[in-house]
Amino acid sequence: MEKNVVHKYLRKNKKFPHIWCPGCGHGVIMSSMLRAIDKQGLDRDDVAVVSGIGCSSRTPTYVDFNTIHTTHGRALAFATGLKLAKPDMTVIVVMGDGDAVGIGGNHFIHAARRNMDLKVIVYNNNIYGMTGGQASPTTPSGKKATTARYGNIERSFDICELAKATGAVYVARSTSYHVQALEKYIHRSLSKKGFTVVEAMTHCPTTYGRLNKIKEPVAGMIYQKDHFIMKAAWDKLPEEKREGKFPMGEFVDIEKTDFVSKYLRLIEANKE
Amino acid sequence: MDKKIEFYESWCKGCGICAAFCPKGAITMDKMAGKPVFDEEKCIACGLCELRCPDYAVIIKKKDKE
Amino acid sequence: MSVELPKLGGKFIQMEDEIGSMASIIGASIGGLKSMTATSGPGISLMQENIGYAVITETPCLIVNVQRGGPSTGLPTMPSQGDILQARWGTHGDHPIITIYPHTVPEIFEETIRSVELSEKYRIPVILLLDEVIGHMREKIDIEKVDKNKSFKRKTPDVPNEWFFPYERNSSGVPAFADFGEGYRYHITGLVHDVDGFPTSKPDQIDAFMKRMFRKIDDNLDDILDWEEYELEDSEYMILAAGCVARSAKQAIRTLRDEHGIKIGLLRPKTIWPFISSVLIDKAQDKKKIFVPEMNMGQLLLPTQRFASSICDILPFNKINGEAIYPHELVSFIRRNI
Ligand SMILES: Cc1ncc(C[n+]2csc(CCOP(=O)(O)OP(=O)(O)O)c2C)c(N)n1
Ligand code: SF4
Ligand code: SF4
Ligand code: SF4
Repeated sequence: MEKNVVHKYLRKNKKFPHIWCPGCGHGVIMSSMLRAIDKQGLDRDDVAVVSGIGCSSRTPTYVDFNTIHTTHGRALAFATGLKLAKPDMTVIVVMGDGDAVGIGGNHFIHAARRNMDLKVIVYNNNIYGMTGGQASPTTPSGKKATTARYGNIERSFDICELAKATGAVYVARSTSYHVQALEKYIHRSLSKKGFTVVEAMTHCPTTYGRLNKIKEPVAGMIYQKDHFIMKAAWDKLPEEKREGKFPMGEFVDIEKTDFVSKYLRLIEANKE
Repeated sequence: MDKKIEFYESWCKGCGICAAFCPKGAITMDKMAGKPVFDEEKCIACGLCELRCPDYAVIIKKKDKE
Repeated sequence: MSVELPKLGGKFIQMEDEIGSMASIIGASIGGLKSMTATSGPGISLMQENIGYAVITETPCLIVNVQRGGPSTGLPTMPSQGDILQARWGTHGDHPIITIYPHTVPEIFEETIRSVELSEKYRIPVILLLDEVIGHMREKIDIEKVDKNKSFKRKTPDVPNEWFFPYERNSSGVPAFADFGEGYRYHITGLVHDVDGFPTSKPDQIDAFMKRMFRKIDDNLDDILDWEEYELEDSEYMILAAGCVARSAKQAIRTLRDEHGIKIGLLRPKTIWPFISSVLIDKAQDKKKIFVPEMNMGQLLLPTQRFASSICDILPFNKINGEAIYPHELVSFIRRNI
């Protein structure tokens, strides 16, 4: 018997609990995704979940859809081929921050530019979790990682700004604390056609947390609660008060014809 | 309100998130066992603990819904 | 292809890089399409990680590599046979692979069809290795010879969803491929997996999986291997060569036989990986010497030595200056060395 919405979509032949560390935010993002899929009323045979490599990319293992765990950074390129082959399939791509905008950054900007109809969920824990906490392109300046022991001297990427600039039709950010908003944004992205990005901020107690004195899972969520501010409030916030804080909410929601729809038209026009 | 809290102990990793953010203080962490203890009296079935549990170990059932 | 594919309802996409190209054709194949990509030089190095992914996930696809000279950017559009061993061992980890090496334009046409069939049949990426010389050549193709109605279809499962094991160990060694969207919701991963498709770290399951991957190729060599024998019947000497070098070898053989009375023939592997070892061992028996001319420093030489060095002498001829090997060079080299 199904216990609840989330349990309904978990693979019966997988062992639970999952491999994620106690209190890792990844589990919360996965359940938000499942609730959003359920709300959208998708037939699970017509849903694919594609990931790269990393803790976050273990998501497909657990969910009862057509699932592919690809190579590090390349999920979007695999998903692009799948979408071309199966235009009617809802293709969800889950990636870690390192996966999506580090090693996979090139695929990210080009999938966005092309407007491939892919539903991206980036699990952003600001670090390479699986390999033990190396700095990622989203590790904030000054924060610590095993490869940035003295504090990160690099600038970090804003994934939502990047998605916006490269042409995504829907861009939103929430956190593992703000679960209801997260589910709402993923649900909205599933209802859109085109390249959508939901950046889900997640806490990684084991590496990022340990190195940056937010060791307890609860502390990670409190941090999110205190530091992420809804866009409307953020816009009114004076510059000096924005320091150390981040906006969340829906940043882009526009309509643009996606690549595959255009290609199908091209076939129609040139068929022999 | 008529409700039922279902808890899967074997799935719970004892992170304490459910307890920390329960708006009614209906959950306390059993220090020895490292697992949450639910006070059904205080619970208002808001479902937040279910939504935030990273291990899908809590289910809040509202009886009136069934 | 960008012109022709849409006319036939096919799809073409120019990806951002060769890593993406390789990934996207695997994705398309998982979606049930026959898919291919093509590259040269650095591009084939970029594809290697995902070629390994196609191997371990047993996803059919075709990779065309028109070889160019040198490591790195090397010698753009100049001929070389420098990728023969990379085609075999380019991706990391122990793995089987099929590589086909045609030597004329019509043969590229036929072998492309055969490569796709082998790939679909054995669920393995196939590399079609070409020489620049032939890649840029124009020759006649008899398209009428091709049976257009014959199109190889991959074996798909016919069991109910709950009985489906995506990587089952059956007698053929090749599990049926469930295209995504057909109701079999299963998991594909580049981690070593058990019959159910989920990652495993159990030695007995790893062993069974790895061995099946090799067995499906090893048990079907009769079907996979192909080669040409030219003037071998009465020959005392043999040239072993592939691709454009085999064309020069054929001409050299004409000269050596007609003008110098040397009984020499050619053994030309069309399938170079897996290697035609049993054929070579058989043909080497009555030979005085085997010549192995290549546009590299001895890549086909290695398997030739491995299987025939105890049977007869083997002599390499290597040229790596960005030029093809000419027949007259072979004629004088062979005359000097017999
Ligand atoms: C080409 C390649 N380089 C490196 C690795 C090793 N690796 C595995 S996971 C990972 C980092 C994952 O970090 P992220 O994408 O942020 O996901 P997280 O684990 O934090 O969820 C790396 C570098 C790999 N698998 N492949
Ligand atoms: S290392 Fe971090 S991201 Fe990975 S499972 Fe553990 S807490 Fe989660
Ligand atoms: S949130 Fe879930 S895993 Fe964490 S203590 Fe509560 S029930 Fe256990
Ligand atoms: S449902 Fe709400 S009130 Fe009840 S225990 Fe969970 S968080 Fe507390």
